[in-house]
Amino acid sequence: MLDGRGSIRRRSGARLWLSAAWLTVFVLAALLAPLISPHDPLAQDLMLGRLPPAWIAGAEPGYWLGTDSLGRDVLSRIIHGARIALVVALIAGTATCLLGSVLGLVAGFYRGWADRLISRLVDIWMAFPPVLFAILLIAVLGTGLTSVILAIVIIDWTRFCRVVRAETLNQSKMDYVHSAKVAGFTRLRTLATEILPNVLPTIIALLTLEMGIAVIVEAILSFVNLSISTDQPTWGGMIAEGRTSIHQAWWVLVFPLIALFLTVLSFAQFGDGLRERFDPVLR
Amino acid sequence: MADNRADNIFEVSDLRVDVADMTRKPLFGPAPRLEILKGISFTIPRGAVLGIVGGSGSGKTTLGRTMVRLAEPSGGRMLFDGHDIAHLSDAAMRPLRPRIQMIFQDPLSSLNPRLTVGRTVAAPLNARANDPRVGEALEHVGLPANFARRYPHELSGGQRQRVGIARAIAMRPEFILADEIVSGLDVSSQAQVLMLLEKLVAELGLTLAFISHDLSVIRRLCSRVIVLRSGEIVEDAATVDLFERPQHAYTRELLDAIPTPDPSVRW
Amino acid sequence: MSGFLEIRGLSARLAGTGQRLLRSVDISLPAGSVRGLVGESGAGKSMIGKAVLGVLPKAVEVIEGEILLDGQDLQKVSPAERRRLIGAKAALIPQDPLTALNPSRRIGPQITDRLVDILGWTKARAATRALEVLAEVSIPEPERIMRLYPHELSGGMRQRILIASAFAAEPKLIVADEPTTALDVTVQKQILKLISELQARHGTALLFVTHDLGVVSKVCDTLSVLYAGKVVEDTTVERFFAAPQHGYSSALLAATPRHTDPSSSLKPVPREVLDAVAAEVAASDAAWRPSGGARG
Repeated sequence: MLDGRGSIRRRSGARLWLSAAWLTVFVLAALLAPLISPHDPLAQDLMLGRLPPAWIAGAEPGYWLGTDSLGRDVLSRIIHGARIALVVALIAGTATCLLGSVLGLVAGFYRGWADRLISRLVDIWMAFPPVLFAILLIAVLGTGLTSVILAIVIIDWTRFCRVVRAETLNQSKMDYVHSAKVAGFTRLRTLATEILPNVLPTIIALLTLEMGIAVIVEAILSFVNLSISTDQPTWGGMIAEGRTSIHQAWWVLVFPLIALFLTVLSFAQFGDGLRERFDPVLR
Repeated sequence: MADNRADNIFEVSDLRVDVADMTRKPLFGPAPRLEILKGISFTIPRGAVLGIVGGSGSGKTTLGRTMVRLAEPSGGRMLFDGHDIAHLSDAAMRPLRPRIQMIFQDPLSSLNPRLTVGRTVAAPLNARANDPRVGEALEHVGLPANFARRYPHELSGGQRQRVGIARAIAMRPEFILADEIVSGLDVSSQAQVLMLLEKLVAELGLTLAFISHDLSVIRRLCSRVIVLRSGEIVEDAATVDLFERPQHAYTRELLDAIPTPDPSVRW
Repeated sequence: MSGFLEIRGLSARLAGTGQRLLRSVDISLPAGSVRGLVGESGAGKSMIGKAVLGVLPKAVEVIEGEILLDGQDLQKVSPAERRRLIGAKAALIPQDPLTALNPSRRIGPQITDRLVDILGWTKARAATRALEVLAEVSIPEPERIMRLYPHELSGGMRQRILIASAFAAEPKLIVADEPTTALDVTVQKQILKLISELQARHGTALLFVTHDLGVVSKVCDTLSVLYAGKVVEDTTVERFFAAPQHGYSSALLAATPRHTDPSSSLKPVPREVLDAVAAEVAASDAAWRPSGGARG
């Protein structure tokens, strides 16, 4: 029994550490972008257009991941693109989580008219196709980082709300919640000490997942040219540009895609890993 | 203070509980009401141990939950120490809560899995996990003080049930409702928990209502027993009389059905 | 010597930790007789039932020993052959009537499926047999019941259906795993009487797993008392209830409440008794050497 748990922990350990390692690289790259990127991400040089990555014949020293059709360094653009991704992941992820979780907790715990109101709102919200909704929102709010973050929060809070409400409902039926009532706890205190700690692992797993989703949504919006202005490098923008020259310079598309993939995967794995590592019930 | 306390800690008269029967709800309009308790009356004198017995669907669990006001009755009166608590609001009920405690059937689901034993026992006291009263309560139920740092899933069934008891007695209540608290335990832990309860009742001057589907555990512990069937009391008698001279056919049926550990007693 | 079910020196452990779950268990069950497996939670009584039915969890590995079902060693045949043997000769009455039936399927096919799939009966023959056994467990209007879903029936009714289902294929051995724990005492009595009656009528061997010595005294002929996966006493019901031989089993009997005796006091199993039996288990572990043989 004990050994079984141990091996689960070892496995989740590797998963946790690998994802944490990538996320650390990601955060450091974003924070230190001006210091560590080998080139100016915006500097164009048509003489150096479509240089292949360093290990392929025809490469130019210093351009590790090659250059795009305008001669901009792919590595430097990925590093600078991480900044936008990080800001979106943190701010949009957290804001979505807060809004959705609070509404979900209120709906699931207090029930009554609050629940009816919130649940109907979620139903209506979910009936909109999310991508169209986002495009519509950006059209109204105008492009820019703030609009992207707002759009993500406004669209995705329902994801938290539904799951947190369901989990809160489950927890509310448990005897330890009744036991808290018998002990004379106020409703708010019951919510804080009995319900929240038991819903929190779910919220954290969702939050990390949402951070990954936020990065993807930003990339999608960049891809359709609705995100940030084009002179700011973003992964989505790079993927969009790379798509047009996939046959001549695959690296322009593939490397930002790998960065995006690893980041989104790491966020999700990091959440699950944290949960398995620190949840006293699973431990 | 002892002077103005009522002699009967509980006086229940014509208690009714009904719920909406959602399985027979018409598409439009309200669901029909399903009567769970059909006008129940009984009293619990201070210091007594009352057994509440019945099969599944008898309403014994609903009765318990109503007495500790986890549910609100739809009719009747329920005096606790002279106050009618039948329809008190949550806020009005709160000052009385420490005096009325409950021990739950399933100790695993009644203990918050993410709180240590110490925090679980300390929380109703508004104390920290290292408060001396926590150690004292654990000691009372025969658990070492270092159990305060453990989580519920690290304990055995009997130990968890002791934690449930410790949490209830830590507040020094006057009345405890025990809902099927030994039905999930092995016989050896069962006997230990029953003995513990017996000791606590004597030491702390508790009044106890003990809900059980199993008459065999009631004989030793309870002074009086009420037998419930389909939401009605079919028999209310002193324990000795109930076992020696059961009056109602259902009580006799319950007694006959107990598998006595003796092959010479045939069914 | 030749019981219908013969378990010889069965030892099992948890893969990984190597924690022993069963310790050289010997059990003999002649055709048509009833043996109780008694013990507290974690004693391994359900584990033995699972081993006999070939449904041990993956994490449990059998170290050595034989399980002979009608003379054939289940450990020595291929998994497919084992499933066929067990399916044809043994059946289970499960503990929880609420979860043992699939809530989204009607009762009828849940009884007949096994007959059709494992025994290769025709659907018509299986349906006739299902009606027959349902009538035998005194279910009124069996044709109507077969069309119902489990949630439309009470717990006692569902347990009757599971009993009917177990007897449907005329197995020579039935393992009953705490079949009445979830039921009221009055229903428990009816169900136990029903099981005894069917067992006697069909001459089925019954392995009855329970924690309740009261139940054992009513339905069993012989019993094995288990502690930590070791059989500490193997005797007949008459002898056991007259005078249990092992200290642990007599303490267990003393701890079982008796409502008929007003002076009966609550007697938890004393610490010394538990220490003594634990020491006994440890001593036999120290003396135990795996004999090789059936590994894995």
